[in-house]
Amino acid sequence: MPAGAVIMEPGNSAERFTGDWRTFKPVINQDKCTRCLRCWVFCPEPAISIVDRQYTSSSGRAWKNSVEINYDYCKGCGICVEECEPKAIDFIEEVK
Amino acid sequence: MSGKPFFRTIFDVPHEEYFSPGHGLCAGCTAGTIAKLLLKVAGPNTIVVNATGCVEVSTTTYPYTSWNVPWLHVAFENTAAAASGVESAIIALKKKGIMDPSTKVNVIALAGDGGTYDIGLQALSGMLERGHRVMYVLYDNEAYMNTGIQRSGSTPEFAWTTTTPVGSQWKGKMQQKKPIAEIVSAHGTPYVATSNPNNFTDMMNKFKKGLETEGPSFVHVLQPCTTGWKFDPRYGIEISRLATETAMWINWENDHGEFRVTVTVPRRRHVRNYLRMQGRFSHLTEQEVNEIQDSVNKKVENINRLVGKTVIGPLVE
Repeated sequence: MPAGAVIMEPGNSAERFTGDWRTFKPVINQDKCTRCLRCWVFCPEPAISIVDRQYTSSSGRAWKNSVEINYDYCKGCGICVEECEPKAIDFIEEVK
Repeated sequence: MSGKPFFRTIFDVPHEEYFSPGHGLCAGCTAGTIAKLLLKVAGPNTIVVNATGCVEVSTTTYPYTSWNVPWLHVAFENTAAAASGVESAIIALKKKGIMDPSTKVNVIALAGDGGTYDIGLQALSGMLERGHRVMYVLYDNEAYMNTGIQRSGSTPEFAWTTTTPVGSQWKGKMQQKKPIAEIVSAHGTPYVATSNPNNFTDMMNKFKKGLETEGPSFVHVLQPCTTGWKFDPRYGIEISRLATETAMWINWENDHGEFRVTVTVPRRRHVRNYLRMQGRFSHLTEQEVNEIQDSVNKKVENINRLVGKTVIGPLVE
């Protein structure tokens, strides 16, 4: 243990996965998603990130980036589901 | 220091994260949102001094930490004192030439309502009086949530907690909520603001202004608590929105003596909408709800008179 029990590595709670707390799983419907980023800004974890992945929706609209949920950390609180304006996030019960 | 706001839309919010996932805050705890957005505004050149409380115990369960900036915890009562020391040490290091004098370091004290309203009030008052350049952020969940929902000076009237139970003699807390932001304002603090996570651009602008203030600043943020207020975790942000829409919570700032209401509410909703979503108010009779509505009406009247125009509109529905 280092002197003073100092934690040497910043942000190392990322090694601890909290995804197993979840009973309901939010799933983003990339077709409906308007990339308004509200889920990303409100996620308390933060388990939602903006990734550089191009996506063309079924109606032909091309997006430069996508919003993705990291299920290693998502605790399934549902704030993103509630705050999603176009209702593009489905809340699905997870059976383990 | 008025002028155009720094964060106007969601696309102005920085993408860098300085708050790591994997912390132990309850699912749906909006303290995570507040801490995350606070660090996005402050950036890497920041020292956070944290009081004992929910955020402290759950983000730093040894040997893990969720903070990517220097972080310090001393005790419950002396957050502001420790933050004052950190700020003074930076000044001393700059004078001695150990630290580059042009470096700007943000010192942030982060405390809950127990550590501010009750236990840490004298340290906070001392810090404000001495005029240290520290931003004090209070996340207010209106009780001692970390130790099991005991009442604090911040708990609103009629709210259930484990130490203000609901039964034949007691109907929740009997006293009023202490007006902490006004108490801090009365110290002559250059920048005092109240905000709430639903209006995140407003909240982030206030953090920015607080960090740019020469001298102490204080930002009071409402933090709906899913465990203690007894609502479904998914409604955390919805409840903070209702708090603003019903004028139970008013987002204002006192910027060097200039008072402004930053989030105006043209059509105010009945407090019933806010109260009925929370289990801690489920015992309220219609008469008690109307009593709360009357006190909110009075508060709105005072605010409108203070500002000199109607910033919080009339009650509809």
